[in-house]
Amino acid sequence: MPVPAKLRVATTSLAGCFGCHMSILDIDERLLALLELIEFDRSPLTDIKHCGPCDIGIIEGGVCNAENVHVLREFRANCKTLIAIGACAINGGLPAQRNHLSVSTILNEVYQTQHGLVGGFIPNDPELPLLLDKVHPIHEVVKIDYFIPGCPPSADAIWKVLTDLLAGKTPELGHGLISYD
Amino acid sequence: MNNPTFTLDGKTIPFTEGQTIIQAAIAASVYIPHLCFNPEFKAHGSCKLCTVKANGRKTASCTAQPQPDMIVESNIQELNDERRALLQMLFVEGNHFCPSCEMSGQCQLQATAYELNMMSPHFDHFFPDRPLDASHPEYLLDFNRCILCSLCVQASRDVDGKNVFALAGRGINSHLIVNASQLAETGFSGDDKAAHVCPVGVILKKRVGFVVPVGQRKYDLLPISALAKGD
Repeated sequence: MPVPAKLRVATTSLAGCFGCHMSILDIDERLLALLELIEFDRSPLTDIKHCGPCDIGIIEGGVCNAENVHVLREFRANCKTLIAIGACAINGGLPAQRNHLSVSTILNEVYQTQHGLVGGFIPNDPELPLLLDKVHPIHEVVKIDYFIPGCPPSADAIWKVLTDLLAGKTPELGHGLISYD
Repeated sequence: MNNPTFTLDGKTIPFTEGQTIIQAAIAASVYIPHLCFNPEFKAHGSCKLCTVKANGRKTASCTAQPQPDMIVESNIQELNDERRALLQMLFVEGNHFCPSCEMSGQCQLQATAYELNMMSPHFDHFFPDRPLDASHPEYLLDFNRCILCSLCVQASRDVDGKNVFALAGRGINSHLIVNASQLAETGFSGDDKAAHVCPVGVILKKRVGFVVPVGQRKYDLLPISALAKGD
């Protein structure tokens, strides 16, 4: 019997802390079993810079700047199934705690008026992506197929969703695996 | 004479004169999702989460009384889908950032959302600006998490006799207020019933947050449905 082709999986962290990626690695030795079934495309684990056609895309973090939006759209255009992982991707999380402040107030506070700062200035390099006025969960920008809540989700929750998907089932997290914190 | 009964999702539930559907269900240890209902207070049917189908008609089970042989449906996909949508609307209207909330793991809103498999907020977030009131030496008010259940209003008015809390505004502008410019200027005390009824993380005792480790908190141990009262 021919060996079935491995599913291609891409991952990225937008306005996140990489904690969800740490939790992906936290599935430990089960990673070896997983790697029999999948191969990674664009991901911090491979350092591939752009996403090619993939079966599954996993997005950590919300969108806080213009580059995040471009990356998110690249993933949506290339991934058959897109998964939001973690609080920030799902509801904005910690970065979204700035949403009741204006961007100019924040930039002034951080780079110019903060106590102890001398000669600070607001960075304005064309290489730097421009900030959005608010941090948004990713489902407000593109369609998301599945969500894994948690800050971060546990390795067991991630494992459950991935193995359900690989088995062709709708992922389900019961008590103990579904968590918002 | 035996008590009259109704059926709830096929299970026979006895009830007594004057009981509501949810009261009879709780007495029989059957869970119906709810948020603004607290068995210690008069029900007011606000949140609609406890809506059931009684003989095919939707009604709030915290205010509707059962009839003998009534057929009540609660744990069915149609109602659970609507309950999930209500929860999602509550989540996006406020700022429910669970990882930073002292009530996480012990919050009825969160536990009910787990129970109903709320995997995402679905709607666009409002991200309202709701400053805290940390004026009181012992208690903190974090309005970001208020779901307008008005249990603190009832407790302060009916039990404490103080009227510290009220809901002001209408519709999407409804919000919780205190009867002074800030909590410290009211007669509020940590001994008040109102200090202990919030189902979410608005009325918080200071300096005791996060004392219970993750994994040992109330709803870490058992899902809210296993505690029929839901609290």
